[in-house]
Amino acid sequence: MTSDLIVFLVLSLVAIATALGMLFSRNAVYSALFLVLNFVTVAVFYLLLGAPFIAMSQITVYAGAIMVLFLFVIMLLGVESISSPNALPWQRPLAAILSVILVVESVYLILSRAQPDMSIASPDASLNTMDSLREMAMSLFNNYLLPFEITSILLLVAMVGAIVLTKQEKGEQKS
Amino acid sequence: MDWTIWVEWVVKGFVLCLILLTGFAYLTLYERRALARMQVRVGPNRAGPEGLLQPIADAVKLIFKEEYTPSRVYKVVFVLAPVLTVVPSLVLAAVIPLGTKFNLFGREITLFVSNANVGVLYIMSIASIAVYGIVLAGWSSNNKYAMLGGIRSSAQMISYELALGLSFAAAIIMGNSMNLIDIVNAQKDLWFVVLQPVGALIFWIATLAEVNRAPFDMPEAEQELTAGYHAEYSGMKFALFFMAEYQKMIVICMIMATLFFGGYRELWFLKDTALSVDAVWTIGSWTFNAWFLGPVYLFLKVFILLFAMIWVRATWPRIRYDRLMSFGWKIMLPLSLAIVFITATGILLAQELNNQRYYWSIPVLSIISLVVAIAFINRDLRRKSHGRI
Repeated sequence: MTSDLIVFLVLSLVAIATALGMLFSRNAVYSALFLVLNFVTVAVFYLLLGAPFIAMSQITVYAGAIMVLFLFVIMLLGVESISSPNALPWQRPLAAILSVILVVESVYLILSRAQPDMSIASPDASLNTMDSLREMAMSLFNNYLLPFEITSILLLVAMVGAIVLTKQEKGEQKS
Repeated sequence: MDWTIWVEWVVKGFVLCLILLTGFAYLTLYERRALARMQVRVGPNRAGPEGLLQPIADAVKLIFKEEYTPSRVYKVVFVLAPVLTVVPSLVLAAVIPLGTKFNLFGREITLFVSNANVGVLYIMSIASIAVYGIVLAGWSSNNKYAMLGGIRSSAQMISYELALGLSFAAAIIMGNSMNLIDIVNAQKDLWFVVLQPVGALIFWIATLAEVNRAPFDMPEAEQELTAGYHAEYSGMKFALFFMAEYQKMIVICMIMATLFFGGYRELWFLKDTALSVDAVWTIGSWTFNAWFLGPVYLFLKVFILLFAMIWVRATWPRIRYDRLMSFGWKIMLPLSLAIVFITATGILLAQELNNQRYYWSIPVLSIISLVVAIAFINRDLRRKSHGRI
């Protein structure tokens, strides 16, 4: 168990460091790269918890698809350096207040919910098999079919919206 | 945990890397010789017998070449990008089973590094990470041509990843598992390429695009982009990009063999003969498993598939970029969706009605959908021969 603990501690350091790096780097591309590293460390956390499927989906969806698109947009628009002069005047105080509220809330939740003697229920080792994947698919398509379908419709609507936005009107001149 | 298992993992990983690195070196020679033969040339044959020492000569040359780093590049990313390209191509091979297992010093040694239950997903996620190296190489070079090459390649890889994932899904449905070993064992009676030829074809085309091979080698189109994303690289850094490309070719041929061509298993009609990987051989009083046939079969399959890749490169011209994109989105994606649907329906029909003959609806319907797709391409090419497809 101690080796798991060591791995966890090192990884959390990496996760925190990459999150800070993302916040404080001046270059948008470096920010994006730090975020990718952060996603990958989170995926390793999932692996430590015995959930390989979620870990792999995390890497594929976030690191592999979404962040590549982010990088793509950053590079295409050429907005590597983040400029701050045109920030809204009330944005900083508002962000500070909101983040303080978030921190207080999460500290309160951690202190009230997590008792020191209550060990986090570690997932059953038998779940870490192909069967768990099957079970997950079963419950996804039996118990949670409606939320699943609604989510997919939401994504479809977003996709159609993007296509409509980029489509030119018939009479419009090609630029 | 037992320390011997660590030793076993380290040794296996090391051997796998060694296989891939040697494979990369000799694949370059194989490609140059085979291309030369197709173009009625001789090819490199000076270094050693039949040019067998050519890869070593190339390696020595590349290591001692001057490495030039332009002054206005983003240094850290510029150095990191080739490494980021090579590493995914090496770790991809971890889940591919090379054979069954054998006994050594009373210990059962399996011929795969990891028996991951989510093996197919692992391949997908690593393949999706692999695009970073190329994009970052293009961006960090601070050069418009390199940048365009990087952006082209990222767009191309994202587009073809969808078709790739869906053809993976067809193999998963047929194998009833995400574990590559289970998928291989499910092909004991029939290779999936017979059951789902169109799925294998889509997988093939999508992987050609994923590894930026001809006819999809747009990111490095010399005439338009000087050299694409690696324009500013020289010496060993430049070689690392090629290392990644060729290793990916090998690994992808391994995956293709595993998913559709029975992996390390023999031809399906040899399954009960002495040539099967499950067979037990007896020479005199010495009885042993024929485990060593597994890697041999896999090597032969990979060899043939690699030849097909080289053949494609020698035969087809590069596809125009807008056509490449619309081919990916408008032909490959719908076709692969249809393939997944047809596969699932066929298997469900055969299982529910308890009749093996329904399995044959899968290849028939898939080939019909392929013909429809080809008809669409033809019509579009004829209708707008000057415009976009």
